[in-house]
Amino acid sequence: MSMFEGLKFRKVSSPIHDLDPRVKFFYVIAMFAVAVMYMELLPLIVLFLIQVPLVTMAKVTKQWIKSMRGAAFFASIIFFTNFIFSYLYQGQQALPSILEYSMAMTLRFIVLVESFSIFFLTTSPDHLGLALEKSHVPYEFCFAFTTAVRFVPVLAEEAQTIMDAQKARGLELEKGNILKRVRNYIPILIPLIVNAIRRSLELAEAMESRAWGATKNRTNLYELKLRRGDYILALLTVVMLVLAVYARWHIPIPRIMEIFPWKASR
Amino acid sequence: MIEVKNVHFTYPSGVEALQGVSLKIRNGEFVAIMGQNGAGKTTLVKHFNGLLKPSKGNVLVDGMDTRDVSVATLARKVGFVFQNPDHQLFSETVEEEIAFALRNFGFKENVIKRRVTWALNLLGLTQYRKTSPFMLSGGERKRVALASVLAWNPKILILDEPTIGQDYGQKEKLRQFILQMKAQKKTVVIVTHDVEFVAECNPRVVLMSNGKIVADGEARKILTSPEILEKAAIIPPEISRVFLELSEFGFPTNVIDVYEAGEIILDFWEAKNREHV
Ligand SMILES: Nc1ncnc2c1ncn2[C@@H]1O[C@H](COP(=O)(O)OP(=O)(O)OP(=O)(O)O)[C@@H](O)[C@H]1O
Ligand SMILES: [Mg+2]
Repeated sequence: MSMFEGLKFRKVSSPIHDLDPRVKFFYVIAMFAVAVMYMELLPLIVLFLIQVPLVTMAKVTKQWIKSMRGAAFFASIIFFTNFIFSYLYQGQQALPSILEYSMAMTLRFIVLVESFSIFFLTTSPDHLGLALEKSHVPYEFCFAFTTAVRFVPVLAEEAQTIMDAQKARGLELEKGNILKRVRNYIPILIPLIVNAIRRSLELAEAMESRAWGATKNRTNLYELKLRRGDYILALLTVVMLVLAVYARWHIPIPRIMEIFPWKASR
Repeated sequence: MIEVKNVHFTYPSGVEALQGVSLKIRNGEFVAIMGQNGAGKTTLVKHFNGLLKPSKGNVLVDGMDTRDVSVATLARKVGFVFQNPDHQLFSETVEEEIAFALRNFGFKENVIKRRVTWALNLLGLTQYRKTSPFMLSGGERKRVALASVLAWNPKILILDEPTIGQDYGQKEKLRQFILQMKAQKKTVVIVTHDVEFVAECNPRVVLMSNGKIVADGEARKILTSPEILEKAAIIPPEISRVFLELSEFGFPTNVIDVYEAGEIILDFWEAKNREHV
């Protein structure tokens, strides 16, 4: 739960929230590409650190820390599998470099989560829908998409209430063998699904009684427009991409243990 | 007996829904918890069967700390009917729905059958025995939810908004039923906004506002004190409002019962007539 909590949009006003979702998405993709390009620890540390100012600028530090904490579990799995397998493969003498390699792989994952978390924490579903519309996706799909995103927290909350209601009738979820445990979830899934269907029918009725789809040419109250901040972020992203590609091919990247020799001497 | 000792509760989202609540509910008591939307009523009663555990303080049910026992164990003692029946109905037939909890508690098949029949009868649902609960009306679904909890005959019964969507006949039946529970020394706690219903039942009223208890006493006293009620966004029952308006003519201000009100008016009228003769 806590990991999703760290990806849930919060309405705050900040320069990052005001950015165009398309530019932010471009940024996330660029981050992704750069993170995948490097296997060395040093550039990944840089990637991690340059995103921190964005987080503080967006005033979402608390939620961001939550998402990082949620990612910690998966991160530790990635670290240990990498470590164990390269240890088995390369043997003991390369221990420091194995350690650095596993850390780099872990950090790569963390950088990805970090940029996705910034994106989802600062982009409202409405903006996302608008961006889809601008990208010529049919309006029906955009609407379905934003509605789905909207209802995720509602569903999560409802699932909790249903669980409470069934526990109050003596249901014990963690009882019995595997098969029984799966079956224990039926009293929770059925009301959840029935309510979701009922709600969607009601939503459809409510929308139709408010003349949804009555006019062919829809206009929006809020128009997405590229502003100065968007151009700055786009430019910075392009610069980062170019630098990263250049550095990849032309600059040998030192290992951390070469920079700090006391570690290497062990 | 339920003892709530200086309980604080904060939801993961950071809302402090209970801010130091202390309350003692004795066996056989009938308590109505009232207060505006978001006052923390549902949050408080969810502590009574251990669904929520206090962030600070303790809740004891018959001397057991709710932190030490599972919800399923407590549920045998504390029946809880949720606000919205759609959060619990899932079976193919009403009969199965009612039997669900009985199976969870490990009752024998013949006992289950007897209890289901008893509960169906009690709430006037016998004709729907084989119907799917999803085909019933809102008020009927609410009654199925109630029946499914009453079936195991818990010692303490908690009803969250039991009168919503019920017609007068059903409300009256509910009232009779609660009185019956009281006669059997069972504890009943209702959470409600229905002032008229509370006035008719005359229970102990616990008034909540912003996560705190602001008043606690018999309905007759609390429901006729506009200053207290205002804090919890409630107005007195209609009959009390009439009597409050008439107080300058020497009428008592603490009337909540319609029959009693009728008697008082008749007495007053007769006294007036005698004066004129
Ligand atoms: N699952 C939850 N997560 C976070 N906050 C919650 C949750 N449930 C309730 N709250 C908050 O806790 C406070 C008390 O809510 P509660 O449901 O106890 O009120 P209530 O008195 O039962 O209101 P109502 O009369 O509307 O049923 C409210 O401010 C509400 O927003
Ligand atoms: Mg409530």
